[in-house]
Amino acid sequence: MSFYGLIDGSEKSLRNFLDQLSGVDQVGAESRAAMLATRSIKTTSKRWAIDTAISMVDLTTLEGADTPGKVKALCNKAVRPDPTDSTVPSVGAICVYNDMVSIARTHLDSIGGEKVPVAAVSTAFPSGRASMDVKIRDTQDAIDAGAAEIDMVIDRGAFLSGNLGLVFDEIVKIREVCGEKAHLKVIFETGELVTYDNVRKASYLAMLAGADFIKTSTGKVAPAATPPVVLVMLEAVRDFYSLTGRRIGVKPAGGIRTTKDAIKQLVLVNETAGPEWLTPELFRIGASALLNDLLMQRMKMDDGYYASPNYVTID
Amino acid sequence: MVATNRIEVKKTYKLFINGAFPRSESGRVFEVLSKKGEFIANPCLASRKDLRDSVTAARAAQHGWAKATAYNRGQILYRIAEMLEGRAEQCAAEISATTAITPLKAQSMVSEAIDRWVWYAGWSDKLSAVTGATNPVAGPYYNFTIPEPLGVVVVTASDSFIDFIDAIAAAVVSGNSVIALVDGGLSVPAMTFAEVLATSDLPAGVINILTGSLDELAPWAASHMDVDGFDISAISKKKRTELKVAGAENLKRIYSADGKLTPSRILAFMEQKTVWHTIGV
Repeated sequence: MSFYGLIDGSEKSLRNFLDQLSGVDQVGAESRAAMLATRSIKTTSKRWAIDTAISMVDLTTLEGADTPGKVKALCNKAVRPDPTDSTVPSVGAICVYNDMVSIARTHLDSIGGEKVPVAAVSTAFPSGRASMDVKIRDTQDAIDAGAAEIDMVIDRGAFLSGNLGLVFDEIVKIREVCGEKAHLKVIFETGELVTYDNVRKASYLAMLAGADFIKTSTGKVAPAATPPVVLVMLEAVRDFYSLTGRRIGVKPAGGIRTTKDAIKQLVLVNETAGPEWLTPELFRIGASALLNDLLMQRMKMDDGYYASPNYVTID
Repeated sequence: MVATNRIEVKKTYKLFINGAFPRSESGRVFEVLSKKGEFIANPCLASRKDLRDSVTAARAAQHGWAKATAYNRGQILYRIAEMLEGRAEQCAAEISATTAITPLKAQSMVSEAIDRWVWYAGWSDKLSAVTGATNPVAGPYYNFTIPEPLGVVVVTASDSFIDFIDAIAAAVVSGNSVIALVDGGLSVPAMTFAEVLATSDLPAGVINILTGSLDELAPWAASHMDVDGFDISAISKKKRTELKVAGAENLKRIYSADGKLTPSRILAFMEQKTVWHTIGV
């Protein structure tokens, strides 16, 4: 691995690289994110934003109580979010636990959802507290079951105690396991990283280690995908692109529940990373409840009156 | 009394949504003047998005409110009457300031409104006994008819404080959550009533009050797919047909009161549910 020629793979060179990153202007990032959140998106632009957001949703169910039935229902919804309206696009992916991957893959294939990838949360999600060996086998298991995307969690304990080499090596190893078969999304759990500086460092660390996507959170910890955190990550992928010529994707997850929240995220993407990132290949939104709100807003735009949750599926 | 030369501390009028007092999303206000043309207040001119937010809040609150025991609902509603009693003078002063009603008449109106509220509160644990039934059926079954709340109900009030109280009480007592649309000078005592609600242990979102224009908000309420009932008592007769047509989309229950104090107004926003149950051996 060449690590884009920016580091040689040793912890020392990684540390040197991360240390020369400038700190995040906390007040500046927060006020910029707040300012962009005030943008008003209406009529045809809103319509476009809703459809784009739907196509970017990683429809997620990560509950201990997940059943094959629930996962299949979610697959149906992923392919055809609104059964009464065939103009609604399919979502970006289905995101499930490892043991549900083959159920989701088989079901998607049987209902014409071949193009909808299945993402699996691996490496001892959500805590990441397992040995390297277990994490590798966890990932291999998901890929064997048909996962085309792997959402791995970093070892936050190691990151916070300064053991950056360990975090880096883990991502590199999981990247090797994924190979050509699966996209790798790296979850930081930004709510546990505490500072924006840490988010910026983690972003570069993950990108250098070979991540295809950087993802804010597991959805199990609050705060999750707050606009300033997403802003910092979008700046990182933008700057990384000018350094290396490679576009890394961003996936905010957790706490994005309404159409308004989703459109705020799209504005952030457009104004920070640029319009090139406004595609499901480079921007995803990890969510479950969000999709219903997007559908209801879409109905409202079509019908001219406010929609009811009674007319969209629960799961 | 304190010296009269202090700077006036005037109330900012806001809406009452989900147990909180937000300003209108639109930032708009309208002027309420006295009969003589003096400025009284600037209540919020609620927008359709405020209505949408209220429906979301009301929907979230409805299940818990309906699930509370009838006894508990009655207690909370009675508590509201207690709190309103303490604000009666203020309400009466606001009514007489914003209408041609004399202060004395306004006081008796508020007393009447409180009495009516108590009357409605009393119905909460009697509804199923009075209007439910055990039906005789030809088979080894019990057959019960039980009245259940509709869900989210929008009510309207325009001129009279008593009508305002009637409309809310009749809808809320059975376990519905309510959004009251109020216009004109009634907005001033209506927001005082909102302050009463906020201090009465009423769960957030069960009653929401929007001040503004009935003409603007009513069509949005009528067509909203997540509103189950609509009390159009304060809407002028010629505008009712249009609202009934819009409400037909989701089979909304649309009702207008005839001004009489009757439990049928409560039942207007309830459904009779019939349950079959096998008789055990």
